[in-house]
Amino acid sequence: MLLYGTGEFPDWGDPYSPASVHLSNDYLEKAFDQTQVPNIVTAVLADYRGFDTMFETAVIFTAGLACFLLLRDFREKEERFYRHTATGVILHVKDSQKVLLVEREFEHMDKDWVPSDLIIRTVCRIIIPFIQIYGLYVIAHGDFSPGGGFQGGVILGSSLILLAISYNLKTLMRRVKEKILGIYAAVGVLIYVGIAVICMPMGGNFLDYSKLAPLLPSDPHHVRALGMLGVEIGVGIAVTAVMVIIYVNIVSAGRHDEGL
Amino acid sequence: MTDLLALIAAKYNYWLYVILMMIGLYAMIAKNNLIKKLVGMNIFQTAIILFYVSIGYKRDATLPIIENVHGGHGSVIHAINYINPLPHVLMLTAIVVSVATFGVAMALAVRIYQRYQTLEEDELRMRLSEK
Repeated sequence: MLLYGTGEFPDWGDPYSPASVHLSNDYLEKAFDQTQVPNIVTAVLADYRGFDTMFETAVIFTAGLACFLLLRDFREKEERFYRHTATGVILHVKDSQKVLLVEREFEHMDKDWVPSDLIIRTVCRIIIPFIQIYGLYVIAHGDFSPGGGFQGGVILGSSLILLAISYNLKTLMRRVKEKILGIYAAVGVLIYVGIAVICMPMGGNFLDYSKLAPLLPSDPHHVRALGMLGVEIGVGIAVTAVMVIIYVNIVSAGRHDEGL
Repeated sequence: MTDLLALIAAKYNYWLYVILMMIGLYAMIAKNNLIKKLVGMNIFQTAIILFYVSIGYKRDATLPIIENVHGGHGSVIHAINYINPLPHVLMLTAIVVSVATFGVAMALAVRIYQRYQTLEEDELRMRLSEK
């Protein structure tokens, strides 16, 4: 039935198809004059449909929160493994109550630890900073080229996930604390909402970036672009944090000690 | 027959999305494993994303980023030269929602596995009826 219905649909690539004749032409022709942002997708996303994107960010935040609440498990694991870094001798501690005085030459290790990952570690160590810089570029340059907060946030988050995959989960959790991830996820949403709320005492509507002009040291034409950049940064922070939260909670079943 | 082939050739994007959507729907309804159901849901969402993006395409048009913004002020922007940005925005939203739903669904699947040691639906139903 759906296939039969396609007979009535406009041809592939028809420039006068119904979807392309009403609102989208308005966006294409006026968006640059109104917002000074050459990337129309970003302009529509962050300005014309700003409310949608704001609650979008809230949806992402809620997803991270749901993963945390469903899976997080603060109990200690029953058995633990320690490896002597110099000799490779492995200690297996079965009783979680027993407190082991761990010296510096012992390290806490995963149960399914494999020793032969030198190449992977080295390549990932070289690549991760470039991925992160690229992610920052995609966030910051979203107004002028393809990109934006969601995409850049996913790239940044995946660089952190790559760290967890190539080393182990504990390496990631040592560098990025769980509390900090949660705070970042909230801060990202708050940046977005904050920029929107600041517009109101300045005399505009909620999310009316043009009213931010007195606060920003640039010419008033670019204020909308800067406002969009601000919300994109908020979105990027929130998405990065939530990506890592979801990953970490799922692979370790909420224990945050070992996993992929 | 040739009419049908011509129709498919002209509108193959819609056929592709319908086929993908049916594959996803079938997986969601018929599969027994919860992870396979999730994969089916993702295929369904991808089909809808493809549908919207293909609607936004215009022949001989470029991507919706205005060219020469700093040099050529005053040049008129013709909408016919740029593909439709609106489906792209909507699908950006849809992709984000699909990632969020997929994350929560995976978390639920992990919880179910922890509790019942299985993800097969008939076994789950058995375990539930035992109690």
